[in-house]
Amino acid sequence: MKLTKLLTGTAIGLAMAMSATTANAEGELTVVSWGGAYTKSQVEAYHKPFIEKTGVKINSEDYNGGIAEIKAQVEAGNVSWDIVDVELSDAIRACDEGLLETIDHSTLPAGADGTPATEDFIEGTLYDCAVANIVWSTIFAYDSSKIENGPKTMADFFDLEKFPGKRGLRKGAKVNLEFALIADGVAAKDVYSVLDTPEGVDRAFKKLDTIKSEVVWWEAGAQPPQLLADGEVAMTTAYNGRIFNAVAGENKPFNIVWDGQVWDLDLWVIPKGAKNKDKAMDFLKFSTATEQLAAQASWISYGPARKSSAPLVGTYATNASIDMGPQMPTSPANLSNSVQNNFEFWADNADQLNERFNAWLAN
Amino acid sequence: MTASQRVKTPGFQALVVATIIFALFTQSVGGTIGFFILFGIPLFAMTPLPPYASRGERIWHYAFLATCTLIFLFLILPILIIIPLSFNTEPYFSFTEGMIALDPEAYSTRWYADIFRFGMTAPDAVEGWWEDMWENATWIRAFRNSFFLAIASTILATTLGTLAALGLSRPEMPFRSAITSLLISPMIVPLVITATGMFFFYGGTMQGVIPGYPDGLAKTYLGLVLAHTTLGVPFVIITVTATLSGFDRSLIRASQSLGASGFTTFFKVVMPLILPGMISGALFAFSTSLDEVVAVIFMADVDQRTIPRQMFSGLREQISPTILAVATILVIMSIILLTTVELLRRRSERLRGLSPG
Amino acid sequence: MSDTQNSNDVLVAYDGTPLKQQLAKTTRRMKLRALLLTLPLVLFIIIAFVLPIGDMLIRSFHNPTGTNVVPNFAEVIQEWDGQDYPPDEMIKVFVQDLALARKNREVGKTVGNLATRVNYEIPGSRSLFTKTARKADKITEGPYLDALIKLDKKWANENVWVTLKRVTRDYTLSFYLAATDRKYDENENIIRADELYRIYLPLLYKTIALSALITFLCFLIAYPVAYLLSTLPLRTSNLLMILVLLPFWTSLLVRTSAWIAMLQTEGIINNIFVYLGFIDDENRIQMIYNATGTVIAMVHILLPFMILPLYSVMKTIPPSYMRAAKSMGASNFMAFRRVYFPQTIPGIAAGVLLVFILAIGYYITPALVGGSDGLLISNEIARHIQSSLNWSLGAALGTILLVVVLALYWLYNKLVGVDNLKFG
Repeated sequence: MKLTKLLTGTAIGLAMAMSATTANAEGELTVVSWGGAYTKSQVEAYHKPFIEKTGVKINSEDYNGGIAEIKAQVEAGNVSWDIVDVELSDAIRACDEGLLETIDHSTLPAGADGTPATEDFIEGTLYDCAVANIVWSTIFAYDSSKIENGPKTMADFFDLEKFPGKRGLRKGAKVNLEFALIADGVAAKDVYSVLDTPEGVDRAFKKLDTIKSEVVWWEAGAQPPQLLADGEVAMTTAYNGRIFNAVAGENKPFNIVWDGQVWDLDLWVIPKGAKNKDKAMDFLKFSTATEQLAAQASWISYGPARKSSAPLVGTYATNASIDMGPQMPTSPANLSNSVQNNFEFWADNADQLNERFNAWLAN
Repeated sequence: MTASQRVKTPGFQALVVATIIFALFTQSVGGTIGFFILFGIPLFAMTPLPPYASRGERIWHYAFLATCTLIFLFLILPILIIIPLSFNTEPYFSFTEGMIALDPEAYSTRWYADIFRFGMTAPDAVEGWWEDMWENATWIRAFRNSFFLAIASTILATTLGTLAALGLSRPEMPFRSAITSLLISPMIVPLVITATGMFFFYGGTMQGVIPGYPDGLAKTYLGLVLAHTTLGVPFVIITVTATLSGFDRSLIRASQSLGASGFTTFFKVVMPLILPGMISGALFAFSTSLDEVVAVIFMADVDQRTIPRQMFSGLREQISPTILAVATILVIMSIILLTTVELLRRRSERLRGLSPG
Repeated sequence: MSDTQNSNDVLVAYDGTPLKQQLAKTTRRMKLRALLLTLPLVLFIIIAFVLPIGDMLIRSFHNPTGTNVVPNFAEVIQEWDGQDYPPDEMIKVFVQDLALARKNREVGKTVGNLATRVNYEIPGSRSLFTKTARKADKITEGPYLDALIKLDKKWANENVWVTLKRVTRDYTLSFYLAATDRKYDENENIIRADELYRIYLPLLYKTIALSALITFLCFLIAYPVAYLLSTLPLRTSNLLMILVLLPFWTSLLVRTSAWIAMLQTEGIINNIFVYLGFIDDENRIQMIYNATGTVIAMVHILLPFMILPLYSVMKTIPPSYMRAAKSMGASNFMAFRRVYFPQTIPGIAAGVLLVFILAIGYYITPALVGGSDGLLISNEIARHIQSSLNWSLGAALGTILLVVVLALYWLYNKLVGVDNLKFG
């Protein structure tokens, strides 16, 4: 019968297509990070030399943070991500829930000057399941061609009278509450002690209320520079490296305001049961070596997590006239009024504050 | 009625007055011309009122036509507008001044090229370009996944759905309404609920149940095919039962009385007659799968992203006109699908003697 | 007929059995055959669709995290009457279980899992568990309660123990309470959640209100168009029908991207308004990334589902009825209201119910154009499944939505009948 032949033919064809598409090359390392300029810096500083050295193919994927996907993969027993770039509070929570492989710090390579890794890494950057690569920061930025005599302090960001126009903020409680308190006059060092009280949380939300009607919420790190460029917002919070790259790489007239910056770590973690665990471990050791961390800092303005990398940080990779040092969140001038993200506070309170944030957003 | 007669109708006079008011209000030449053309078309296209219609009826009639014109524009304009926008040179979702001035430099096909180039390891290499594109280009992979899923789930849904529709349309079918409700329910139950359930069940509960799939069906093509088949089934049931409702059952008895087996009767007598309905159902299932994104969001791996999934993340994160270029291709595809279904529907009605054709 | 006949001359079939019996047998066989034809699909739908949804239902009230992490404690604590503190031997079991869970770090059975579970009930209590677990193996002798309180004074809070007893039961209503903005207090009474955290009931009401608005707008827009299509000559109406069917066949994502291009601040509609001088460049209207965007895009997407049933009903109404009414002296309005409109009610019922059912569960369009105040209940379900990872709460919200939709579906079936669903 013609029809049956046709159907069987199609079925066989499909089965073949299916087996062809599922045969995703074994041994390819899947590295997951935040996309855009940040991933590009890692590709240049980590991936390319690693591929050259080992011949292992790297499959680079983007995500927007959080441990949801890691948890889903690990609990389903089907882990396709080999190594993931995460924020500190997420690394701690995922480690607590047994979603990550533990990492033996003694196997990390010593610094270029011979200092053992455990001493070479800046204090508070090595954890049971995670190794930091960079220090990054959430700041706010504006388009200097559109606002003359621009904002100088976090309070200006919340001042709609002095600086009218839309504001971009990351959709979520984290960092926004810190910013709100700083703008409301809380000293940077007291932010978390205030935020740890119900009154402090109320105060932060009350401050956010004052700009709520003007806020455009963003989720991916690539969005804020685009929002600024399209004129959708007058100023926006952003990851400092993204703004730097828009300025240095695309000549955008954006200005970063460092006052009240909240800095944090990004860390490599390996999900439990990763298919290429050993290769992921090799990649982790390779990419957090002195030279690689310093190389990444020439592609994006994030500070290396090793002390021995700092002296090697030079100029911007495609424009030698830009000195990278002053662009780092950790440069002394930028640190004058800054907060380090308190991972314990967020690991404890993220669920509750996000619930409240969502309720606040919806009403 | 000739054109000169039409110009003398009150409808036309009303249009002229409205256009003048519009022009005075907006003071823009282009806008006024657009306004005039927009509301002028229905006046010339529609059947005129009978001569005995009162003034009130006339006003009412033309207001009605104007409203309907606006509604049709509301329906179709957003879809058509993306076609020129996809040829924008600039990376924006809106018309640039150059585009409005029809400056050829303001138009380009760069976003169509981007469909092939985005995600390639070496988009400018000469050697191995095709292979690189086929294997690595993000959108090409999405097209491949989408078509694979759509074809596989269409075949399954059409086969199972037609069989079931044959049963459901028999007069002696017991529990007809209960079973029909069950089979239609995937269309009614919110996709988020279906996808959540499948995410739990295929990924967690089915671990180790199916041989060859120790980790369950999450992140497998099989799981996605099952999900899309489920969502396509209601459309096949609806279209095929509709075709069968006009089916003359005595043809089956005639065939059987002449000694044909049930199998032969189906393929030689029933199928040729309900084929248009089957194909329409299949096309519905195909387009449902092609359009489905929620189940893919919940269950697919990154390698398994489909076109709508890729568009979804594009729209959420980095809006680029590449999405509009893909959208234009999809619009052309839906025009083809729609034309096919319409032709089939008319053919089927003709076959069953329902319409003069 | 056979009823009226004498039992002696019952009609018999060729093999001697009574005809009635034979007929019943044949009917049964035919019924069975019809049933068999539907069987493969019914089985398929049950396995691929009904069971997954059942799985979701179960997860909404079955959460074994407690028993997975601290299995021995989960067993003994149920004996406790809930007064003061549990006896010290129970707390000893708890400390041992905690130390063991910390040592094993088995996926899904870690202290972190328990901490997350308790954190849903007592916000901010996560670190109490993770910190205590790190030191649990150091506590080797009683009184265990005092040792715990020495580690962290939160252990002196009786509510922690009451909550522990509750979360170590596998079956719980906690997630339904959370889904309806309620919670347990210290004495296991159900109370309303703090006002600042009430989100789901308002969201459900908002979803219903927005769906109703969308349905109403669809009805307003669809009615005249369906009427026009049904009165035009077949050739013209077929042509215009394409304008209705093309959106219907066009991908949801395509239509949503189209509306983003139309409505955004730098979009086509704002540009036209600025060009025509309705608004100035500084004060462009925010029509997207809010509830307005959701409503406009969804009306466009769902409109064909209203036009098609209305059209198919209107097509069957003979125009002579209206003429008859008018010839008997009814005004146009009267004729429409008393004669035409009542006849279109079946179409209205079909369209309204279908659009409302589809709208209430919408996810993609609100997620893309809804910003923060145009989100619907489905978006919240997806958030819990995908990012907040409170799967049980997501399942509970899903079940509530499912119940609403199934009730409407039942109503649709009663009023319209699923057999009457048609496309094109």
